[in-house]
Amino acid sequence: MNDAYDSSKELQAQVHAAIHSGEPLQISGGGSKSFYGRATSGTCLAAHSHRGIVSYDACELVLTARAGTPLKQVEAVLAERNQMLAFEPPHLGESATLGGAIATGLSGPRRPYAGAARDFVLGVKLINGHGEILSFGGQVMKNVAGYDVARLMVGALGTLGVLLEISLKVLPRPATELTLVQHRTPDEAIEVMNIWARRSLPLSGCCYDGDRLYVRLCGAGSAVRAAHDKIGGEILANAHEFWQGLREQRHAFFDGSLPLWRVAVPPAQPPLDLSGKWLIDWGGAQRWLKSNADAATIRRAAAECGGHVTLFRGGDRGEEIFHPLAPELFSLHRRIKNAMDPKHIFNPGRMYPNL
Amino acid sequence: MSTPIIDARPHERRELIAVLQRMLPAGALLSEQEDLRPYECDGLSAYRELPMLVALPDTVEQVRAILAACRERGVPVVARGAGTGLSGGALPNPNGLLLSLAKFNRTLQIDENNRTARVQPGVRNLAISQAVAPFGLYYAPDPSSQIACTIGGNVAENAGGIHCLKYGLTVHNIQSLQFLTMDGSLITVGGSALDAPGYDLLAFMTGSEGLLGVVVEITVKLLAHPERAQVVLAAFDDVEKAGNAVAAIIGAGIVPAGLEMMDNLAIRAAEQFVHAGYPVDAAAILLCELDGVNEEVSEQILQVREILKQCGATESHTARDERERTLFWAGRKAAFPAVGRLAPDYYCMDGTIPRKHLAQVLRRIGEMSADAGLAVANVFHAGDGNLHPLILYDASKPGDLGRVEELGARILELCVTVGGTITGEHGVGIEKINQMCVQFPAPALAQLHALKHAFDPDGLLNPGKAVPTLQRCAEYGAMHVHGGSLPFPDLERF
Repeated sequence: MNDAYDSSKELQAQVHAAIHSGEPLQISGGGSKSFYGRATSGTCLAAHSHRGIVSYDACELVLTARAGTPLKQVEAVLAERNQMLAFEPPHLGESATLGGAIATGLSGPRRPYAGAARDFVLGVKLINGHGEILSFGGQVMKNVAGYDVARLMVGALGTLGVLLEISLKVLPRPATELTLVQHRTPDEAIEVMNIWARRSLPLSGCCYDGDRLYVRLCGAGSAVRAAHDKIGGEILANAHEFWQGLREQRHAFFDGSLPLWRVAVPPAQPPLDLSGKWLIDWGGAQRWLKSNADAATIRRAAAECGGHVTLFRGGDRGEEIFHPLAPELFSLHRRIKNAMDPKHIFNPGRMYPNL
Repeated sequence: MSTPIIDARPHERRELIAVLQRMLPAGALLSEQEDLRPYECDGLSAYRELPMLVALPDTVEQVRAILAACRERGVPVVARGAGTGLSGGALPNPNGLLLSLAKFNRTLQIDENNRTARVQPGVRNLAISQAVAPFGLYYAPDPSSQIACTIGGNVAENAGGIHCLKYGLTVHNIQSLQFLTMDGSLITVGGSALDAPGYDLLAFMTGSEGLLGVVVEITVKLLAHPERAQVVLAAFDDVEKAGNAVAAIIGAGIVPAGLEMMDNLAIRAAEQFVHAGYPVDAAAILLCELDGVNEEVSEQILQVREILKQCGATESHTARDERERTLFWAGRKAAFPAVGRLAPDYYCMDGTIPRKHLAQVLRRIGEMSADAGLAVANVFHAGDGNLHPLILYDASKPGDLGRVEELGARILELCVTVGGTITGEHGVGIEKINQMCVQFPAPALAQLHALKHAFDPDGLLNPGKAVPTLQRCAEYGAMHVHGGSLPFPDLERF
């Protein structure tokens, strides 16, 4: 697991070859999220070989690692110093890499209270579509020199460049965590999660499974106890497993072969009128839907309340997976793609057709 | 870039005035020299330039029409909020139009349940928190200029403040932006959910210093007011000990809401100015604010005071009440104007460094300050490594400003050498344009220009700021090559 290796020169050579041949590359880390996004073809660029933690100073709250570093390794190293990736990146497989977590930009249950993957990215080193190795951002908390190319890479699904190295802000693990359970109707659950968020409470997770509302509190022991008194509920015994199951989509809700939609809406939005099974995370802001309803209906319902949807798993991976963009915004995406990857060799079509 | 038209082609200026007058309400276009004067500089007053024209539109359609008229004629456009920026980002272009967003000053919607506020760019930072206070909410980023600075300017600069170690910068606290590109497209990035499909252009626009688009609407995130905030003031007889205390607090798993350091010159200046009760003989003081749930704050105060003692603090006090807490902060917040009383002028730097190099960097700044014969006071967002050395000088002395800029440049290059950056929160603007050449190699700058081109192909938005041309860097490099090598030859340039 600790076989640090710098394969940036090999990766760069492969990018140069692709630029010359015009043959697109499919960038792959550990392959744990290869299902995500649109199906594409091309020569595999195996970025998992470029691995190892480059620097980590717990007192600086900054870690820099190569993109192919296993996410497990990053988390283990942080745990030794009682720190964590506060955005709780979903691994979705044993082989998950840090680069894959950043390229997909996914975040776990703590996201509404601690921030998303993009919020913790301080800097990146990447290979652009000219085959150049470039660094943007840095390894310090505050840096406004140059456009924020580092955050532009987060969630870009490898369509703008090959991530080589990522610097992240890390945070101390909370001293105490406690999960409480309350029985609620869907309307009540959404309402109460958002009432809590408007109060000074140490929240770090809020999830509703259609019957039970799970709320995770974190911080100093005294603070967690005080919050427990304020909001009430039964203490959940196997809380860690529960939140891990939610983050890793191992919760029973995720079983079965129906397409899985991710519905992102304003957190206080009352339940949407769509057929299917729901699991509500992120205090109401991220809702999982297992449904056979047609894509247009689901997209329309989300868009009407200012949200958007992703066909997360299943369905036709050759069709639109992410919410269609307004024409002017899409045209700007095309120009950005051209600026970073003029030959369109990096994961073309993974996010949108013609991008 | 554009070619000068004001003097060379006065009739084209007259023609642009005539066109704009037809589309703007009376009084929304300024063209007389005395009316242009108030716009000649922003918070970086060492740089001044009169714009060709100033427009003060109050609708998106007017902004769109102005951009179209300027685009047709190749006239540069510089957007401006309250003009409190410290890097010359709103310095007018002498051949360009200065676009003031001051009239876009309305709060459009407060969504208490979703904890957001939709505002126009000319709304003042503090006014947002005031407007949402009845709901128990606030907007977290609090730059020192928050009474005056506007949210649009905050977005352009990715403004921080004293609470950003815990609560983040502007980029972490906004949810959606609407902006016009130079070709008149009205684009929305982000949305009502916590994320949006496509590239993260919300982040990309934030801190882009008005070079990519003109922001006309912003949705900010609001947070619940912490139940309690408390501040500890600690004094040290040595700057290095204070630096170690910062590392020890964070190493203990505490993320303070604010963690600020001031050196002796800054302490004395602030104390004389606001009588905050600072120990004037200390080499450094730390202000450590803890906020959150009442019980947690109590626990952490005890922990922090113990750590401060172990790290050799000569004294430490917890503010007895809200009045004293406000007073402790008043000294810090007034540090810039306080230092300003020590000399006719001061020049504020904004480098960020990995905190572990603090002692070394402050020592080098001390040496460089002595060499240059210019006093430097240091104010430091210690928690996140953002250093604000304030160089004292007298602008009326010939040559003084030149020496200050030279010293400032050396300080920023020192920040880059230790793995930091030339600007933590004030932006590059015109001020640090040369130091960008030190931080970024040519291919990275070329990449940034290509991205700019994707938004503004004619290069009309705020030209000459934020990202230097390769030619400028070549000239700057040539100027600063000594004995055939760059100032830090063994330095990895990033």
